[in-house]
Amino acid sequence: MTALRTSSPRRLAMRRFLGRPVAVAGLIAIGLFVVVAALAPLLAPFDPIVTSWTAIRKAPSWAHWMGTDENGRDVLSRVVFGARASMMAGVVSVAIAAGIGVPAGLLAGFAGGWTDTLLSRAVDAMLACPFLILAIALAAFLGPNLTNAMIAIGVSTAPRFMRVARAATLDAASNDYVEAARAVGNPAWRVAVRHILPNIVPPVLVQGTLAIASAIIAEASLSFLGLGQQPPDPSWGSMLNAAQRFLTQAPWLAVFPGMAIFLCVLSFNLVGDGLRDALDPRQR
Amino acid sequence: MRRFLLAAACLLTFSTATQAQTLRIALREDPDILDPTLARSYVGRIVFAGLCDKLFDLNEKLEIVPQLATAYEWADAKTLILHLRQGVVFHNGEKFDAAAVKFSLERHLTMPASFRRSEIGTIDQVEIVDSATVRIVLKAATSPLLAQLTDRAGMMYPPKATEAAGKDFGQRPICSGPFQFVERVAQDRIVLERFPGYWDAKAVHFDKVVYRPMPDSTVLTANLRAGSIDLAERVLPTDVATIEADAKLRIVSSPALGYEGITFNLANGDRSKAPIDQSALLRQAFEAALDRKALVDVVFAGKYQPNAQAISPASPYYIPDIPTGPRDLARAKALVRQSGIPTPIAVSMNVPNTPDRAQLAEVIQAMVREAGFELKINLIEFASSLQAAAQGNFETYLIGWSGRADPDGNLYSFMHTGGGQNDAHYSNPVVDDMLDRARQISDVADRRAAYAKMWQAQRADMPLIYLFSPVNIVGHTAKLTGFRAVPDGMIRLQGLALGK
Amino acid sequence: MKSHLGNRIAQIVPTLLLVSILVFGLQQLMPGDPAVVLAGEERGDPRVLAQIRAELWLDRSLPLQYLHWIGNVLQGNLGMSWHIGQPVSQLILQKLPVTLQLGGMAFIVAVAIGVPAGVVAAVHRNGFWDYVANAIGLAGLSTPNFWLGIMLILLVSVNLGWLPPSGFVPPTEDWRQSLATTIMPAFVLGNAIAAILMRHTRSAMLTALDADYVRTARAKGLGEFRVIVWHALRNASMPIVTLGALELGTLLSGAVLTEQVFSIPGFGKAIVDAVFNRDYPVVQGVVLVTAFLYVVLNLLADILYVVVNPRLRSG
Repeated sequence: MTALRTSSPRRLAMRRFLGRPVAVAGLIAIGLFVVVAALAPLLAPFDPIVTSWTAIRKAPSWAHWMGTDENGRDVLSRVVFGARASMMAGVVSVAIAAGIGVPAGLLAGFAGGWTDTLLSRAVDAMLACPFLILAIALAAFLGPNLTNAMIAIGVSTAPRFMRVARAATLDAASNDYVEAARAVGNPAWRVAVRHILPNIVPPVLVQGTLAIASAIIAEASLSFLGLGQQPPDPSWGSMLNAAQRFLTQAPWLAVFPGMAIFLCVLSFNLVGDGLRDALDPRQR
Repeated sequence: MRRFLLAAACLLTFSTATQAQTLRIALREDPDILDPTLARSYVGRIVFAGLCDKLFDLNEKLEIVPQLATAYEWADAKTLILHLRQGVVFHNGEKFDAAAVKFSLERHLTMPASFRRSEIGTIDQVEIVDSATVRIVLKAATSPLLAQLTDRAGMMYPPKATEAAGKDFGQRPICSGPFQFVERVAQDRIVLERFPGYWDAKAVHFDKVVYRPMPDSTVLTANLRAGSIDLAERVLPTDVATIEADAKLRIVSSPALGYEGITFNLANGDRSKAPIDQSALLRQAFEAALDRKALVDVVFAGKYQPNAQAISPASPYYIPDIPTGPRDLARAKALVRQSGIPTPIAVSMNVPNTPDRAQLAEVIQAMVREAGFELKINLIEFASSLQAAAQGNFETYLIGWSGRADPDGNLYSFMHTGGGQNDAHYSNPVVDDMLDRARQISDVADRRAAYAKMWQAQRADMPLIYLFSPVNIVGHTAKLTGFRAVPDGMIRLQGLALGK
Repeated sequence: MKSHLGNRIAQIVPTLLLVSILVFGLQQLMPGDPAVVLAGEERGDPRVLAQIRAELWLDRSLPLQYLHWIGNVLQGNLGMSWHIGQPVSQLILQKLPVTLQLGGMAFIVAVAIGVPAGVVAAVHRNGFWDYVANAIGLAGLSTPNFWLGIMLILLVSVNLGWLPPSGFVPPTEDWRQSLATTIMPAFVLGNAIAAILMRHTRSAMLTALDADYVRTARAKGLGEFRVIVWHALRNASMPIVTLGALELGTLLSGAVLTEQVFSIPGFGKAIVDAVFNRDYPVVQGVVLVTAFLYVVLNLLADILYVVVNPRLRSG
């Protein structure tokens, strides 16, 4: 360990991360998904919402690599455009979750006492409620569309971030330099932002990547229940929802969007895993 | 499967006279409360068909036939005399007589939160003439009353047991049907067993009936094919080909009584200010842009019937002159131009989020786009959509109705000023007048004439665009005999039998 | 230690109270007015709506509604389902065994896959098998439950015809059928948890394999298999067990979509249907019971973790 002291912990983590080919592969795959989502209009061979009554539920062919759906739309194009909804849902809902959870965790860990007890109990209560029920209720309340699905997922994921942030805050707050900074008379908020926040970044980053993975699945689940993306715009979950009626007649409707979710989520999980190993070697 | 067959074969050889036969029926949803006075759901009615006899029944031709009442006569337009079947007992042994009829109808009429009150609210008094005869006095002449008595409002209760059970009746319903209640596990099964004291016992060929909710169509079809279900109601049209290809299964299709349509919010709150809600021309354009046949072909494999009125082709009140198409895009565009509203015209549509409705909405969206309508689909779950409809929080609403035997049940509450399901707040004196008149007369030709006049006014205003009438598609094992396809979609257990 | 435990137990009640307030509040946020939903065809009639509201206490103030409900709950009365007119407690009693059976089987699946995979991964640390075990684990975590369920139905039931596609048969009726109907959903639910178990088994095993007693055992010349299973795994099992208890908690409620796909009449399906029917007493009752089980399992996990394995107290 002493030999490595010359490099900064960040660079060290980076090196550890890059040393894991699987994690790097995940990162590349995410990059590809982002590119696909961003360049969807260029990459998709067809307009994802243009219907064709003469070509409904056609099996994969040279013209339509993934076949056509129940309205004669090109499944490949819909999977490509669906990447937008899923990536957005993953990233935005986790941003919301972190935006609520991290400050709350920071506050709970730093302030302690009653604030901590109250916040922790609230988190316990939220975690004791089935996650999907929270999300379903929220999505039903806000009205089903993609934005609200993201908010619903974000809010119901927030307690996890709060827990992670609180634990990391407690950990960091026990460090000598934090106590020293406090003793010198720095205002609490400055100590929190200056000294504690940097310390909770690694675990939150790890939690974040893994949470994106589950958020993508959650969005698919909500869409599967009809509480996500509004038609005719595609999302992988809503494609699966529509596919359910045609499992025997047109299995490709369910296979391809499902594969897309799987690969995308797997990539985030691989990266999250790699990050955890790289940033928090004690976990090993 | 082979082992199962073997076991079945063993059973057959060992039990000769008293073989325990069970009929397993798949329902598309889990029914609500099993109390005919308080029940609301369509599937619930299917379970009641095995559990509770009614005063009258419907046959395949929608004619009213005797069940617990053997005959009726109108003493005058407001007085109905019922002659009751003798020797009928309820599941608990109580006798069915005039007192039971009076009790039951009064329970339907007076129980708090009764959903039957509006169906038979015209009843003023029920008088016992003798133990086998009742006289029903109406507040006003009401021709749809008899049809109501073929449904839940005509289901009879044993007075003592019902009184004792009070609001808990639905937990252990007691009626006089061919089967009696055994148990219910919500979302899983409802079990009935043969009622030995049934008055028409020779028509009952099963010892047990099990109803199982199966909302997922793939699962339903797979169960049917695997032989774990004997009969399934409301098979999806898109599954028909699969079932027909299976030699062990049969499909029975018959026109249903319901419809699917688009309700426009004419005057219910601020959302009714949308251009399409304010302009009959635009609504007519909207209709002209729809290709009902293509719609049914794409979404329902061509099995349902394109229809532009609330009345099913199965009904004698169906008016063939009301055109269901063809699509006339040129006319649609002309009407839009005539309205003077610049395109694209934004229209928002509330759609309950079942997959087939969502697809239907998508198809409509694509069709009307060509006429200059930018349809925004607002998928919401059913409960929210009902609330939005009641509160006027919609521009248009894609919704269906399961349908009733009498045309009044498909029209009055939707179209009459102040009707219970008139979410559009539609109001037209001519329509009201004709609906009221049709209620008061009982001659079929006269009623048809009144309805024809009503349709004329209705189609000019177009508060509701009807799209199609569904078809009752029942899938069952080839071994099942005696299934009768009555348009109301109920599964009558009398006469059903499982052969070899 | 005792005070810690006492604390935790004392916190159960406030947590559950918070849950009850949370569920109650969430429902108020949902748009569908239960009176309108219940009124159905009569929703246009204000008299009907008023009558329903009065009957269900929906016309009282929210705090009063809450107190009325929670008061009854504290007396052991969970109320009646508005939708099907059965007591909520009866509903829960009907569904609890189903959920427990499914959860239990899923747990067995998870352990059967997760623990051996974790052991193999630890033994072959950073080797080929470690990667394989990891990849399988992550794949399990990354598959949406409902999609895996759909694919299994498609493959195993529709194409191969090996297992019934859905539904549930109680073991009291026919235990073989019961097993046949729950094995697929149990696998779907269990495989994601297997991944989590696998990782924790791996890290617990790594710690154990490094420990002195394992080195001693090896030095004594014991066979490698025996060292791994007898010494290392036994010592690594405690964290695995406690983690398992935790995951069992999430199994209870996390099965919503799996139950939906396989039409299993357990808690998950009960809640979803009740939410969509606006059957508040059922939503509240089932969530409360789930939360209670979750909290108790959590507590058990904690107790196991701390009491049985004192070495971990400081860590």
